Amino acid sequence: MRVVLAEDSVLLREGLVRLLGSAGIEVVAAVADADELLRAVDEHEPDLVVTDVRMPPTHTDEGLRAALVLRGERPNLAVLVLSQYVEERYATQLLATATSRVGYLLKDRVADVSEFLEAVHRVAGGGTALDPEVVAQLLIRGHNGPLDRLTPREIDVLRLMAEGRANTGIATTLVISESAVAKHINNIFTKLDLSADSQDHRRVLAVLRFLESGR
Amino acid sequence: MTAIQAPKARNLPWSSRAWLNTAHAVVGLPLALPPFLLILLRVVLALALSWTFFLSRAVLRHLSKGLHAYTARQGARFEAFLGERVPMPSFPADRFAWRRGETWRTLIHHLFVAPIIGVVGAAVVTAAWAGGATMATSLLWSPQSRRTLLELTPTGLLLLALAPMIAQAVVQADLFVARRMLGPTRSDVLTHKVENLTVSRAEVVAAADAERRRIERDLHDGAQQRLVSLAMNLGMARAQFTDVPEPVQVALREAHEEAKQAVKELRDLVRGLHPAILGEQGLDAALSGLAARVPLPVRLSVDVAERAAPAIEAVAFFVVSETLTNIVKHAEAARATIEVVRSGGTLLLKITDDGRGGARLGAGSGLRGLAQRVNSVDGTLAIDSPLGGPTTITVELPCG
Repeated sequence: MRVVLAEDSVLLREGLVRLLGSAGIEVVAAVADADELLRAVDEHEPDLVVTDVRMPPTHTDEGLRAALVLRGERPNLAVLVLSQYVEERYATQLLATATSRVGYLLKDRVADVSEFLEAVHRVAGGGTALDPEVVAQLLIRGHNGPLDRLTPREIDVLRLMAEGRANTGIATTLVISESAVAKHINNIFTKLDLSADSQDHRRVLAVLRFLESGR
Repeated sequence: MTAIQAPKARNLPWSSRAWLNTAHAVVGLPLALPPFLLILLRVVLALALSWTFFLSRAVLRHLSKGLHAYTARQGARFEAFLGERVPMPSFPADRFAWRRGETWRTLIHHLFVAPIIGVVGAAVVTAAWAGGATMATSLLWSPQSRRTLLELTPTGLLLLALAPMIAQAVVQADLFVARRMLGPTRSDVLTHKVENLTVSRAEVVAAADAERRRIERDLHDGAQQRLVSLAMNLGMARAQFTDVPEPVQVALREAHEEAKQAVKELRDLVRGLHPAILGEQGLDAALSGLAARVPLPVRLSVDVAERAAPAIEAVAFFVVSETLTNIVKHAEAARATIEVVRSGGTLLLKITDDGRGGARLGAGSGLRGLAQRVNSVDGTLAIDSPLGGPTTITVELPCG
């Protein structure tokens, strides 16, 4: 896997290069701002971009805007956005078009090495990694939509789906059987009016519906 | 005025006080006449030009500048001859502040009062001295009958003896009137002070906000990156060194967990200062992050069509942040709701929890600091918290 990394803190940038390197992931370019990031992607055609949100020159959300540009231009490029704070507003922007090949995690998560690397692989492999904190923020919103029809348990399952977990992961986290998870997921699809289609597609739609409820 | 009431000896005709008072009264006349004419001229001109808004305004502006100059000249006269100060104008010199009473009082003073006092004062004082001197010395230059001499000379001497007192009376009247007509009234002074305080308070509030943003930025660029990096390195070490002795593994694990906890605590603290997203995307986007880290279910609804000023948004954010902290610390609540609504020029925050109630604005409570911060932008804070709950805190902020 070939990665372009954008992070303005030298300390963290070098640490991340080492961390990814230790897992056999090749960092083809490590840059310090959003413009360099866009150039490096053009030059190296990586499989995955890992970027910080807040970078020079304005130190606001340039990393996120670069990620949105990249996602618009290259649907096959996986993008993992790291941030000191996660904001549901940014998450909904990032996942507005599709929920595949995208991740949005707190920077803190890099400390849990194996979980972080798992998220990297999941995103690069076409999946989703959404920080639990973002999901918590989304749930805070008073929503008057189809989500109100879900039971608390189904909300739990949907939340883990949004974080990007597979059925096995959801079953382990909630300490229930995989068949119970499948049953909950089917209920969610029904309640969210997602007709029988390909299973993966419906998962994505359910997560999108969940994200939309945050707005 | 007490300074004018000089000892008797100084009111003798040859005392310096008598001559200074006389000079003051006499100089008052030439000093008062040009302003009288110039003000009259400009008032008439302004009225005549009133159909050309711009020119008329220029004339009035010129008049306002003139009023400052005349007052300064009068002030110099009082200072030079009497050592007394009269108040200087507090209205602006670069425009005609027609709404302010002080402007009109000053105008009337220079247009009518000062000329009248000038004419009358100079005439009376001059007449006293000149008449007194002429009569007292009539014997020398006009041989008259003995009877006339007997009457004229004493009258002249009496007049000369009275002249310093007459000058003194004129000066006192002049000073008395000038002090009442010129300068700001007490209510003008207070109004002015309130204006100044409002501006300086807004500056202090803005400076505090800027400082909070700077601290947030410094921590973000420095300590936070360093801590995350430390936690990551410890995480890597922990993953890598699985075959080291048990105590080393334990130490590594503890250090790793501590570092992660420190990262989280610092993040919560710094985000509460002034989140970057508040400036970029407003309250709606910033508050969910705040509500999500509270360890109890929170419902948030924000209906703010038009963003408020940055200082107001910062206060609103602070209010929600502090109130949630209070709820977690003291309320023993099971859930909380936050409502933010903008209606017209007011931003309304309503935060409710189902805790034990009894929250008061007393000393030592976090609510006091909250109320102060709200007051700093002319907002109001109301607490409804009966014992047993629920507690509702309502804050209204002017959006300005």
